Amino acid sequence: MITIDSLTKAYDTTTVVDHVSLQLPDAGVTSLIGPNGAGKSTLLSMVSRILGADAGSVSVEGLDVFHAPSKDVAKKLSILRQDAHTTARITVQELVEFGRYPHSRGRLTPECRAAVAEALQYCDLVELADRPIHQLSGGQRQRAYVAMVLAQDTRYVLLDEPLNNLDMVHATGLMQLLRRLADEKGKSIVLVLHDVNYASVYSDRIIAMRHGAVVHDGPPETVITEHALGEVYDMEFSVHTLNGDRIAAYFR
Amino acid sequence: MPTPESKPLELHFDEAAETTQRTPVTASAGRMLTRRQLLVFAGLGVLLIGAIALFLTWDVNGHWDFALPRRTEQIVALTIVGIAIAASTVVFHTLTANRILTPSIMGFDALYVLVATALVFLLGSATVAQINPLVMFALNTVLMMGAATALYRWILGDGQRGLYTLILVGVVAGTFFSSLTNFMFRTMDPNEFDSLMSTLFASFNAIDTTLLWIGGALLLVGVVAIFRLAPQLDVLSLGRERAITLGLDYHRTVTWLLLVVALLVSVSTALVGPITFLGLLVANLAYQLTRTHRHVINLATAALVAVVALIAGQAILEHVLDHNGTLGSIINVVGGLYFIGLLLKEARS
Repeated sequence: MITIDSLTKAYDTTTVVDHVSLQLPDAGVTSLIGPNGAGKSTLLSMVSRILGADAGSVSVEGLDVFHAPSKDVAKKLSILRQDAHTTARITVQELVEFGRYPHSRGRLTPECRAAVAEALQYCDLVELADRPIHQLSGGQRQRAYVAMVLAQDTRYVLLDEPLNNLDMVHATGLMQLLRRLADEKGKSIVLVLHDVNYASVYSDRIIAMRHGAVVHDGPPETVITEHALGEVYDMEFSVHTLNGDRIAAYFR
Repeated sequence: MPTPESKPLELHFDEAAETTQRTPVTASAGRMLTRRQLLVFAGLGVLLIGAIALFLTWDVNGHWDFALPRRTEQIVALTIVGIAIAASTVVFHTLTANRILTPSIMGFDALYVLVATALVFLLGSATVAQINPLVMFALNTVLMMGAATALYRWILGDGQRGLYTLILVGVVAGTFFSSLTNFMFRTMDPNEFDSLMSTLFASFNAIDTTLLWIGGALLLVGVVAIFRLAPQLDVLSLGRERAITLGLDYHRTVTWLLLVVALLVSVSTALVGPITFLGLLVANLAYQLTRTHRHVINLATAALVAVVALIAGQAILEHVLDHNGTLGSIINVVGGLYFIGLLLKEARS
């Protein structure tokens, strides 16, 4: 369980995240949705201690993320952010091996090698293992980073807009992969999504934010509704049920 | 003009080269050296031995008992300087997540000279002359390390400032330090200025042997620290956010690394004065040669390249150019051109 207690972040006079208190479950897929500037990414950055908070606290299974030793937190929680540029010349295999750093501090144990091999397998990267990451396509690179997070083997996996820059083939592939991680490995996946329909189809729970606060929180049936979405995004939606999934249309 | 086709072509070539070179390494033995890296080490080793042999034996004219000890001392000094500059630059590149900065461009050595000058300026050369040169060096180094770490810790901030802010602040800070130093030079008593100059820049031709030993010892401390921090450096090369995610204590690691960089810059500046571009040159050559992110390999390669370049450069300076010029000026001409080339390449990509 990740417990977020009145977490706050402000830049100058703008409060981006305003006293948010939440509990994130220890399994399943949880999506964060909301318009640009709602504070979703900022919230996720603070939960993963990349960004310091102005007030409030976050604890992962009783571990205070801001004050506990960073290496202990790294065994429980990992985050994948939008592809930040790395100048390092590095292959897929080497990248995934970095995921073992919290466990091995740079010296791979047999257990680490097994985890790396499994992560590569799981993300369908075995053939690409020796390729430098700067030669990969966007979708392949995203998969490589997911494999790295997988090798880190944390219960909680946070992803900040993982579908950015992916076409629908790769986006759907990635969502299926994340769903499998939650179902087969019992991980808790928390992700920021811009596409409410991906959130609707793949999530167990959807948290909708607006102006730095949580405005709706529940299973897709209660959040993907014309009323709730209209409130979150301030525009008109029509929600349809297709093959059992709730799909929101907002194109007109 | 670069054609649009030139980029993919180059990538394709890269890929082909890398797959053939990686073949001797099995996937499970990622810690081994690739054949390419073994070749690089072997080649640089041969060059190093050649450069040393050339340097020791060129134009001795039978005065072996005079030439050998003096030249050996020079080689030791050049080696210390080369390793210090190469290691500090590679570490600095990882800290700033870019490869066109060096501690010198960011004003580290200007800060060292400023601290040394300020000490003479404030205490007076008479007092300074009474102080043991080792104590003086130690005092200077400690002050410089404190100031540099505090200042650059602040400039690097929490990693959210862009590269250009970093360069701008660094270049302005460097110029500011040099101007302050110049100001003190000008207001100083000429005798004090003279004694300061002689203590400040021990040249390769008149090496202070006591300083050489302490410099060597400090270099050893710095190098051991860096090699112990090599796994952390590898993780840092993924960027600040990923390093934190992987459980690196970012603030502590960066502070330690900055302290080591300041120490190494002190050592090299005390021995030969500022050599702005050497680090940039050797570090980037090393990256091109090794093609890896692993710091142990890049550090060793950069150090080898630096030592070879310094020894060969000094030999050419003494025997071909007949001492007309300094090693520093040759390095700055070659390095400056390379720096411009890198900037242009960076701007294009």
